[in-house]
Amino acid sequence: MSDFDKELDARGLNCPLPILRAKKALNDLSGGQVLRILATDPGSVKDFQAFAKQTGNELLESNEAEGEFTFLLKKKA
Amino acid sequence: MSEKKMAIIATKGTLDWAYPPFILASTAAALDYEVQIFFTFYGLQLLRKKLQLKISSLGNPGMPMKMGPVTVPMPVVLQALPGMQAMMTTMMKQKMKAKGVASVEELRDLCMEADVKLIGCQMTVDLFEFSPDEFIDGVEFGGASTFLAFAGDADICLYI
Repeated sequence: MSDFDKELDARGLNCPLPILRAKKALNDLSGGQVLRILATDPGSVKDFQAFAKQTGNELLESNEAEGEFTFLLKKKA
Repeated sequence: MSEKKMAIIATKGTLDWAYPPFILASTAAALDYEVQIFFTFYGLQLLRKKLQLKISSLGNPGMPMKMGPVTVPMPVVLQALPGMQAMMTTMMKQKMKAKGVASVEELRDLCMEADVKLIGCQMTVDLFEFSPDEFIDGVEFGGASTFLAFAGDADICLYI
């Protein structure tokens, strides 16, 4: 498992809450730090790709295991 | 920061139609868009301090209804039965909670935290004789040209 600086549990939340909570959580990090997000919303896979593309924060990892999704977002410098 | 802008006109005052403007606005703000929503006519209900939004079942042939394993459109004649509006509103709220969908209040708060500008249509306020203190703090009031001044430069413009 990769290192991360902060974790956000967005399991059970539906669109658009995982993205909104992630945005808030990123605000508490400095550039280059990594946020790990746990989610169960299947739509979040594409949503985090789009979020990364639009905001410039880098999506380092996007994984699925047993109906749970894990994302690693690196805050842009 | 991206300089993208999104302008939305919200015209509907029911629970279901409260979602598209607040979901899109809060998400766009999270994606670094500058966002304004102009609330006009029934859309002004979405700005009231105490939201009393209902699902209007009447005349909606797209309202889904579970019939065992399948989902079918609810017959309009059922939708017209007394008490259906209150019942369907309660059912919708329960369903949303169970599925982890945010409440309208929560999404509206998130919009305000993210500096989404909420503009109430002054003409509609006068027309329906609303009092300004019925609306949440932070709402600005303006007219068509207020909206157009922002919408003219917007990358996305939606009428909901």
